[in-house]
Amino acid sequence: MENFFNLVPLVVLIPLAGMLINLFAGKHLGERGVGIVGAGASALTFFVAVLLWIAQVNTGYKAAVVDMPLLADWITIPSANVTIPWAFRVDTLSVTMMLVVTGVGTLIHIYAIGYMHGDERFPRFFVYMNMFLLFMLILVTGNNFLMMFVGWEGVGLCSYLLIGFWFDKPKGVGWRNSDAARKAFIVNRVGDFGLVLGVLITFWTFGTLDFYHPGEEPIAHHAEAAEEPRLFVPPIPQEEKAHQPEGPLGVFNQAEVWLEEGGHKVDFGMVSLSFETTLTLITLLFLLGATGKSAQIPLFVWLPDAMAGPTPVSALIHAATMVTAGVYMMVRANVFYHAAELTSFVVAVIGATTALVAGFIAVGQWDIKRVLAYSTVSQLGFMVAAVGVGAYAAAMFHLVTHACFKALLFLGSGSVIHGMEHGHHHVTHGHPSHLDDDFDPQDMRFMGGLKERMPVTYWTYLFGTLALAGIIPFAGFWSKDEILLDSLKAGVNKGLLGGYIAFVLLLTAAAFTAFYMWRQVSLIFLGKPRHAAAAHAEESARVMTVPLIILAALSLLIGFINVPGGFPILDWILGKHQFTSFLEHSVTYAHAGTFNFLLATFAVLLALGAIYLARSVYSEPVLATLRRDPLEVDPRTQRGFALANAKLYWDEFYFTYIVYPYRNAAYWLAQEVDWRFWHDYVHNRLIRDPFNAATAVLTWRVDKGLIDRAFDGLGWLTRRVGQRLRTIQTGYVHMYALSVLFGALLVMFLILVPLIRDWLGL
Amino acid sequence: MGSSGVSIELYVLLSAVLFIMGTIGVLLRRNAILVFMSVELMLNAANLALVAFARQWAGGDGHLMVFFVMTVAAAEVAVGLALIVAIFRTKKSIDIDNLHLFKE
Amino acid sequence: MEDISLVTVVFMLPLVGLVLMLLFARTEQGYRWGALVTSLVTFGVSLLLLRNFDTGVSGLQMVQKVDWITADSFTIRYYVGVDGISIWLVMLTTFIMPLAILASFNPIKDRVRLYYLFMVLMEWAMLGVFVAQDLFLFYIFWEVTLVPMYFLIGIWGAEDRIYAAVKFFLYTMAGSLLMLLAILWLGNKAGTFSLPDILAKLETGELSFSTNTARWLFLAFGIAFAIKVPMWPLHSWLPDAHVQAPTAGSVILAGVLLKMGTYGFVRFNLPLFPEASKTFAPYVAVLAVIGIIYGAWVSYGQKDVKKLVAYSSISHLGFVMLGLFALNPAGIQGGILQMVNHGISTGGLFLLVGVLYERRHTKLMSAFGGIWRAMPLYSGIALVIVLSSMGLPGLNGFVGEFTILLGSAGSSVLSWWFTFFAAIGIILAAVYMLYMFNTVFMGALDKEENKRLPDLNWQELWSLVPILVMVFVIGLQAGYFFKFMDGSVQELVDQVNTYVMTAAGQ
Repeated sequence: MENFFNLVPLVVLIPLAGMLINLFAGKHLGERGVGIVGAGASALTFFVAVLLWIAQVNTGYKAAVVDMPLLADWITIPSANVTIPWAFRVDTLSVTMMLVVTGVGTLIHIYAIGYMHGDERFPRFFVYMNMFLLFMLILVTGNNFLMMFVGWEGVGLCSYLLIGFWFDKPKGVGWRNSDAARKAFIVNRVGDFGLVLGVLITFWTFGTLDFYHPGEEPIAHHAEAAEEPRLFVPPIPQEEKAHQPEGPLGVFNQAEVWLEEGGHKVDFGMVSLSFETTLTLITLLFLLGATGKSAQIPLFVWLPDAMAGPTPVSALIHAATMVTAGVYMMVRANVFYHAAELTSFVVAVIGATTALVAGFIAVGQWDIKRVLAYSTVSQLGFMVAAVGVGAYAAAMFHLVTHACFKALLFLGSGSVIHGMEHGHHHVTHGHPSHLDDDFDPQDMRFMGGLKERMPVTYWTYLFGTLALAGIIPFAGFWSKDEILLDSLKAGVNKGLLGGYIAFVLLLTAAAFTAFYMWRQVSLIFLGKPRHAAAAHAEESARVMTVPLIILAALSLLIGFINVPGGFPILDWILGKHQFTSFLEHSVTYAHAGTFNFLLATFAVLLALGAIYLARSVYSEPVLATLRRDPLEVDPRTQRGFALANAKLYWDEFYFTYIVYPYRNAAYWLAQEVDWRFWHDYVHNRLIRDPFNAATAVLTWRVDKGLIDRAFDGLGWLTRRVGQRLRTIQTGYVHMYALSVLFGALLVMFLILVPLIRDWLGL
Repeated sequence: MGSSGVSIELYVLLSAVLFIMGTIGVLLRRNAILVFMSVELMLNAANLALVAFARQWAGGDGHLMVFFVMTVAAAEVAVGLALIVAIFRTKKSIDIDNLHLFKE
Repeated sequence: MEDISLVTVVFMLPLVGLVLMLLFARTEQGYRWGALVTSLVTFGVSLLLLRNFDTGVSGLQMVQKVDWITADSFTIRYYVGVDGISIWLVMLTTFIMPLAILASFNPIKDRVRLYYLFMVLMEWAMLGVFVAQDLFLFYIFWEVTLVPMYFLIGIWGAEDRIYAAVKFFLYTMAGSLLMLLAILWLGNKAGTFSLPDILAKLETGELSFSTNTARWLFLAFGIAFAIKVPMWPLHSWLPDAHVQAPTAGSVILAGVLLKMGTYGFVRFNLPLFPEASKTFAPYVAVLAVIGIIYGAWVSYGQKDVKKLVAYSSISHLGFVMLGLFALNPAGIQGGILQMVNHGISTGGLFLLVGVLYERRHTKLMSAFGGIWRAMPLYSGIALVIVLSSMGLPGLNGFVGEFTILLGSAGSSVLSWWFTFFAAIGIILAAVYMLYMFNTVFMGALDKEENKRLPDLNWQELWSLVPILVMVFVIGLQAGYFFKFMDGSVQELVDQVNTYVMTAAGQ
């Protein structure tokens, strides 16, 4: 059974194979072939994940570290003691993520075969989807932070490619799509900046980036003893866990040891800090990364724009999986977050605030996918807040349930959009008149009455809504309730301020959630169709509706994997917090929640109340004539609605204060500073021109003017002297004779004078 | 040889007078042939001086030099007269004032 | 006469090829293929270098040492060899040249013979720089590389090529002159110009500098190298050179020539002047980080795609300089690996630009848009190379960047702020790269001229494929590459740290 763990590289290799097949042979396979390869790869990977899960269960939940065959050695620098391998980790946490990613992923792949039907880049879509699976699975199975980061940025890449999938739609839509893609990547990179810094500090603190080394088990810190066995969950004998392998520990166990010892100092390079401070730094930086990837304040702005991509993309990447990477990472690092109280407070506040703000914005949106996008941001806020109050199991639980019902809602919205498009096509017979230019198949104002036209979509959507709103017995109730309870308990029992804040904000957010979801259901499905397109909408093909049904079933049932202790009857039938127990083996600080009847009832009633409020606001008469949202009309809610509709001007703020200044500064730097000043002025005018001027002076004035002239002058002088002297040559012989005579006399004189002088005695 | 007769100074004086007359002739005469005659005069004046001194002190050397001078003078006159004839043929005149082809 | 070492063989092969081409190649085709074959053979033989390299040895390997000029007070030798620091740069040179030559087949249409002669000469000169262990020999080849590049830019370049070529030549040479002075002084003082001998003398104490002298020497060498890297603010020659140079010229310039500067720092400044290196490290790091951010920021403000890539080089090499002056194994090895990575990625980027330029004869990004639809194969390759340049994890650029940051984070001479600001470069790189990619490749294919652009031909394709391969290989298995560097870098770091202790007594 343990050998099954060696199958884990397959979770990466199978999507890779699917991707490559579709990349190189996609054109020849036809839509069916491509779809089978793509969805098949996903399904096969799911199957492997199930095998890994079974293997986990049957081997007592021992974790396994499996090296990537052939390629294990990734970054090794012996002299710097850097060893970062390609190694996979199979433990309950990674298996959970694998199952979610591949399970929901497969359903979405199948759905996409129908949704993308007829698209000219059909094969390319599935290449990207498989590539996404590849990177996401690297992310969740990596045994060290750097491998996780490969997956982390890799899914960012796939997000970029898939959001910008329709990059060349006409009339500027293509540009908008590609801009949205770019925005997603860059905003994510801001988060990645934080993550990288965190990883750097982690390395220097611990000397390794490995979560746990092979054979190492998390040092357990169970508050309560393991529960009695249910289903497939045998307890772990405490003694077994005490045996750790010799040698250096992975980061988490090492951290535990140092925290236990206390007073450990971290010294590297020019840095010297206490271990606790270091942990706070690391966790804060990781939080920055998480706010990018999981779309929290302040880096959530990319997610709504990401809706430009095809709906299956929104479902898979921007609801179920990629965006949960931040939550996964923080849960994986629960040892760190548990110890870093300050950061946990910040995490809780950010998560809860995001949940509320996003929920608020969602109320004012008209685009069907935008509502869901902000809803996702809001639900991620729930998960992040759960991490912040130390409810790691609750966060993961909500991750799982949310993946199911949010994917369901997105796929349902895709079905609606398809229906609207078909209806519109049907009505205009393929010749859209310019009178209909503002028709948008995604704008809920054009919808209405789809309950009759698209029943399967309606009912599954309803399931999703109820799950999201947290109505018992749907999945969302269980997970959301656990988060609420845990945050309250964190406040009450442990005196954590973050707990109180989180509780209040999350509760409010839950109310908003129920409200905007029912608003959406009313606008889309209830009442009468408000546009011809809606009146002629058709239910979607089976390839699309079957996944919807499956997900709807999951939305109802999946909550039961983690029934809290204390819930009457069900906890006995289904076993208490099975999922938490499952997680406990790899998430040290996961703790089981109990059931609080009062809180649960209050939460459900709150949600029902919000739904009832939505029902009354969006009543039949209002729906029939909807031109403007009733909230827009009502003077009490006018300002609020406008703010929500305008997304709190968050994007505008970023553009005005960050994006445009950066870009204008870039132009200024490029043209004025670097080119006109530094390049032209300093180099050309200050350096080159004086040099050229000096050269010119030397060439013309000195060399030609003076030196040349001097030598020219010499030549001239010689000629003139010659000219003058030549006049002696008269040609007259007797003149020559005279000069000969003179010369002779002179010589005689010179010879005779001394003699005469002698002779005269002078 | 005896020292009777004319003293050496007189010979030198005569030689000098002749020489000066020759020089003046060279400088002032216009006819080329007369210039040549003056040159001959100068040369012979030098010969006279040479012979006088040779008789007095030098012995055969002086006489020898005279012969050289005479020979050279003769050769030179031959050449010079030939040149004059040639010049006369072209210029129809041997007035040296008109002969300045070598003027610069 | 001792045996001929493999290094000499590899080094001289281009010269042999040059001579053969001069003698036997008659036609333009002959010169093209002659050059290509020469460079491929050189690459093949250089692979033997890899095979024969002993990763356990930290010093010079496959050395060839022959006395050349001897005088009473000094000796100049033909002294070549490779060690962990230079082996990958030699490989980079032999790897890039065939690609550059292949990519020139179609674009270069006049004075073809002269062009390929210069290319082969260039390879010889560049190899000389990386294998030379004698200061004088190094200097000779350092200057020799200027000449063919000057002509490559000046003859086959764009409109303002003369200005760019002259500027490139003079700017680089001005810096080199200071280095020459330093070399002459050093060689005379040490009695030899051979680097290993000088280092040995420094170690035994036979030769020593006062702290101030060492610092001046460091600066003298440093200025020459800084201009070459190019470090901010001595970078102004680079945009001109790149924009005006022909495609292959840019590939070689960015791919190899710029590395000569960074190589110079790690080969000379660090081991010869360790105390000065430590003292100046923060200042160098300041310039490096400014280069990272400034280069990325200014890249974003460009309209000409070649200029954009030129400024991105400044940004990337800022990372390299930061890594080198972290003065620890992670930083230096990351720096060296990133030198190779930058050569591959940016060389690839210039090849990509060349492809578009060949078709439309413009480098303005606004002239394009929607290219992905028109040229899918090209766009796919372009995506990978752009991502590599941007440092996507899993590809080569990331490994280098991360290792460098790792080094600077743990550096004992650089404060943590350097790492912080350098990491911002990660964000900025995505900004300008995606801006370029989106503008050129995405969006609607609405310009008539772009609609029927042909996709890659075989020369273009095969000049890009090896780059793609290396992008993935280095990205996935960087450990293999680090293995070669480890011994030499460890020794270097030890040297730097030891000397500071002994130099402190001066």
